[in-house]
Amino acid sequence: MTDLSVSVSSNAHLASQQPLPEAPAKVTVRNLNFYYGEHHALKNINLTLGANRVTAFIGPSGCGKSTLLRIFNRMYDLYPGQRVTGQLMLDQTNILDPKLDLNLLRARVGMVFQKPTPFPMTIYENIAFGIRLYEKISKSEMDDRVEKALRGGALWNEVKDKLNASGLSLSGGQQQRLCIARTVAVRPEVILFDEPCSALDPISTAKVEELIQELSENYTIAIVTHNMQQAARVSDKTAFMYLGELIEFDDTSKIFTSPSDRRTQDYITGRFG
Amino acid sequence: MNPIYVRRRRKDIIVRGLCIGAAAFGVTWLALILMTLLYNGLAGLNLEIFVADTPPPGSTEGGLRNAIVGSIIMTVIGVGIGAPLGLFAGTYLAEYGRNDRLTSVIRFINDILLSAPSIIIGLFIYGAVVVPMRGFSAIAGALALAVIVIPVVLRTTEDMLLLVPNALREAASALGLPRSLVIKRIAYRAARSGLITGVLLATARVAGETAPLLFTALSNQFFSLGLNKTMANLPVTINNFVQSPYAYWKQLAWSGALLITITVLALNIGARILGAERTAK
Repeated sequence: MTDLSVSVSSNAHLASQQPLPEAPAKVTVRNLNFYYGEHHALKNINLTLGANRVTAFIGPSGCGKSTLLRIFNRMYDLYPGQRVTGQLMLDQTNILDPKLDLNLLRARVGMVFQKPTPFPMTIYENIAFGIRLYEKISKSEMDDRVEKALRGGALWNEVKDKLNASGLSLSGGQQQRLCIARTVAVRPEVILFDEPCSALDPISTAKVEELIQELSENYTIAIVTHNMQQAARVSDKTAFMYLGELIEFDDTSKIFTSPSDRRTQDYITGRFG
Repeated sequence: MNPIYVRRRRKDIIVRGLCIGAAAFGVTWLALILMTLLYNGLAGLNLEIFVADTPPPGSTEGGLRNAIVGSIIMTVIGVGIGAPLGLFAGTYLAEYGRNDRLTSVIRFINDILLSAPSIIIGLFIYGAVVVPMRGFSAIAGALALAVIVIPVVLRTTEDMLLLVPNALREAASALGLPRSLVIKRIAYRAARSGLITGVLLATARVAGETAPLLFTALSNQFFSLGLNKTMANLPVTINNFVQSPYAYWKQLAWSGALLITITVLALNIGARILGAERTAK
């Protein structure tokens, strides 16, 4: 536990142990249930993602945290046999509305995946590609936007001289930051991170974590992670999930220092999971 | 030495010897065929082959111009019709119909088509096109080749698209790309060299097909560009000339066979190079 509190205290507001001021709700989840065929994967989830806050989802494998994340941008729609009930609002938009334009939803709710997934094109095109889907802008404006996005992804200085190299030629950590830059480039409101560092080395992980904190100034962020130290380092709020249920949802400082549920306590102290 | 080890080592030597022998046996015949083809084909290979048309009986002059041009025309049209159909069908199977029961049925039927003897396909086109059109024609020949191209391209397209990691499709969808653009801009691009390889291999396959042209395009002694008339082509010309009593015709057949072999070899090498590029990434 001592270890943990040291890493927690790296976050200024967490060190103070004061409860966070409530942020206005960006995403609201009410009585959400999710089924993979017959399997009841998420059971009656209720929580809100505060605007410009980082919310971390932790819990043992198979607890449903990635499943929940993939509902926020309706990713599950790509596959048959999956069903959701309940209510999920992004500001005033009902995300679960069957008539909702999914492509517009995904422009508002971006996602970064576990494995870096650069597109098979140049670094420049990886960024410009997404922008062109929504905007028609001149070459010089596009150059600007690409640079801004790459700076936003903390990658500009490493790639500014080789924008025409293939995105696949970058290292794993750089590829992941390229994917973050690509997501930021289309100016979403919410960014979902699905274990963004699990394929990265410690140095790249540190860079991505730093980036996530910077991004929270402008975006609402949800991050799924297996690494509890990471959750403690980057997030304001933490949700602990277990067997498809939301066990505890509170300020990160509270979850990691004085959790109110026994199971949360056992998980963060490494007694199971 | 340990007798068990000695016995095992003897077995190893025998098995290795058998493997090398089998490989050598196969390669020897291939080498002999190629050498004979080179020896006989090169002897008659000269400019006249490319500028003069097939000779009348008894003549000792003439080339293969009409057959070469005919082969190119029908192969291009055949691949031009068959490759897009195969690409689209393969795309359906790999992208849209992945969880469909219809997909496995189509795949099964396609596999049958893939291994169907080409003479059957020639007969099918004879019944479906030549008879209603009341005559042999180049277009019928091209259609027969197209029917052969479709299953080859379909199969490679599906295989290559299935190799594209799903994470890439999810990432593109997560960016807000509609399905059609995910396929066109991401999946096709990731699988590009594989898709081209498939088309090249299909072209190589039909470039040397004789049977489907026998009942469709037939052959033509003269130079003709008309698609609704019979058209000369290398495989059938070779077939006819080899059976003829004239030495010069036989010589032309050898040269034609060499030309086809070189073309097929070039297409295969091209496919190999593209395939190597893909794995290098």
